[in-house]
Amino acid sequence: MKSKAQPKSGFSFADSERVERILSQYPDKKSATLPLLHLAQSQEGYISSSVIDTIADLADCHPSVVMDCVSFYTMLYTKPQGRHTIQVCQTLSCSLNGADSMVDHVRDKYEIEPGGTTADDRFTLMKVECLGSCGTAPVVQVNNDYHEGLSLEEFDQLLESLE
Amino acid sequence: MSAFKPVLTQHIHQQDCHTLPFYQSEGGYSALEKVLTMDPEDVIDVVKNSNLRGRGGAGFPAGIKWGFLPKDMVKPTYLINNADESEPGTFKDRLLINKAPHQMLEGMLIAAYAIRCNLAFIYIRGEFYKEAEVLEKVLSEAYAANLLGKNILGSKYDLDVIVHRGAGAYICGEETALIESLEGKRGCPRLKPPFPALEGYLKCPTIVNNVETLSNLPHIINQGAEWFRSIGPEKGPGPKLYCVSGCVNSPGVFEEPMGTSLKKLIYENAGGIKNGNQLKAVLPGGSSSAILTAEEAVVLNMDFDSLMDAKTMLGSAGIIVMDDTVDMVQACLNIARFYAHESCGQCTPCREGTTWLVKMLTRMVQGGGTAGDIKMLYEITDNIGGLIDFSKGSFGKTICPFGEAVAWPVRSFVEKFEAEFINYIPQQETVA
Ligand SMILES: Cc1cc2nc3c(=O)[nH]c(=O)nc-3n(C[C@H](O)[C@H](O)[C@H](O)COP(=O)(O)O)c2cc1C
Ligand code: SF4
Ligand code: FES
Repeated sequence: MKSKAQPKSGFSFADSERVERILSQYPDKKSATLPLLHLAQSQEGYISSSVIDTIADLADCHPSVVMDCVSFYTMLYTKPQGRHTIQVCQTLSCSLNGADSMVDHVRDKYEIEPGGTTADDRFTLMKVECLGSCGTAPVVQVNNDYHEGLSLEEFDQLLESLE
Repeated sequence: MSAFKPVLTQHIHQQDCHTLPFYQSEGGYSALEKVLTMDPEDVIDVVKNSNLRGRGGAGFPAGIKWGFLPKDMVKPTYLINNADESEPGTFKDRLLINKAPHQMLEGMLIAAYAIRCNLAFIYIRGEFYKEAEVLEKVLSEAYAANLLGKNILGSKYDLDVIVHRGAGAYICGEETALIESLEGKRGCPRLKPPFPALEGYLKCPTIVNNVETLSNLPHIINQGAEWFRSIGPEKGPGPKLYCVSGCVNSPGVFEEPMGTSLKKLIYENAGGIKNGNQLKAVLPGGSSSAILTAEEAVVLNMDFDSLMDAKTMLGSAGIIVMDDTVDMVQACLNIARFYAHESCGQCTPCREGTTWLVKMLTRMVQGGGTAGDIKMLYEITDNIGGLIDFSKGSFGKTICPFGEAVAWPVRSFVEKFEAEFINYIPQQETVA
């Protein structure tokens, strides 16, 4: 295959058709950077340096440009995460509705600090800012899914249900 | 007086309201059909006449913004639908995307046609993963029905729409940061001018409008500018989505006319204060607006000019309600921490100032307040956002309005609840 989605570095996109589609949509290749980063992260779980090289190649720019972009966004991870990333909103409306005790709960029960991952790679705990769903506070996002208006008990059950 | 009937959210409780067949069964895309037979300039005139003002935060008149585009058309023009919805306290665009996505898309088509744009983007915050999926489905329905793509409904007009996901950065809601982000860069705002209407995405003329702003357009086309102006205050009229959250019994998104009283929204729509507590304070327009005391809040109407007169703003209409159990210094720290985390870091006053605010407020709540703290809080907010004098507009100590967006609320907390801040300063310190 001579597709550019299969470059010299260690990483290659599984869905090269999708990559071509993304690249051809935009009037310039650099605009495809974020969509490609999302796609790579959904495949690999995080953005490794070979992902960066691959995307720099595809977007026709220097890897440092892609790296600079990656470091700006909180949803792009530069190291492997647990199987479930528990993102607890800590902004005002959630904080007024019990978000702080949810962070404490995970911290105490699974012995991880925000930013940390459990030894068995089950959970990564993150404190995040307003998730745009303040009317159903407190809000927790686990990977891509929102869980809204949870009581502490429901939150605990949710955690228990995640393998 | 006839009671107000929801416009933007009239169908959200019906099954399948997000689908194309449902939308078309309710007359959807008839405004588009009408627009496709009109001269684009005439469409802009209708929107100008409606006095529709932007729902994303700044409240700029939509038709006037479109009128700033260059007339020569040497470069392509782009439309960006701002679905970043990142202002704390705001959760209305998510509702419109989930429950009325075709209304929004029809609004995009109308705007795009009016500004002669053939490629438009929906920039949606990365956390809204499910919503991005909804939008992808909506776009494929629209392409299949020739509502997008080439020669739309036989009109010779072409439009493509791309859903572009952000990746977790509040500042990317600011239009120039959004454009940088779309170009594959860090979301660092650009100095204005040039305004995006002249130099935006890829240095081409670009119009950025909010989801809710665009969602109003089909109704303005169908029912006319005069009808729109008759809803609420004439200078900033229309149906409005208010988001009420915090210490209320029934938080949610409520559609009422522009200019609805804050008291009604809190006590009737949102069911009043939780746990039988008393109202203490309200942030009326997201966390970037200046705070109102209970006494100020209950007499105000929610529209651009009333709130400006009260030295705060309508912003994104994210109403955050605080009751009398809330510690205002802690709440202020929560907000300051948000801004310190979200500053893009380009401007020293913003980057350093927000970090200082967090350090100081943290020290205060931990019992280490000192005599000079209050004065210092005023100084820092002045440094970030300038003197707060609304009659003079923006102050420009920073590249983008984020500076004011942190300075205003923090300063207003200290001004209006100074006693609580003083309480955090140990006695021996205040005497010294
Ligand atoms: C710090 C900051 C954050 C913003 N966040 C948003 C946002 O999340 N959504 C939005 O529509 N507008 C946001 N805006 C306003 C945009 O810059 C822009 O004015 C708006 O999208 C224009 O659309 P409108 O005229 O239809 O309101 C923000 C502005 C600033 C300064
Ligand atoms: S004011 Fe703050 S957010 Fe805006 S450009 Fe300056 S540093 Fe960035
Ligand atoms: S404050 Fe938590 S979702 Fe907005």
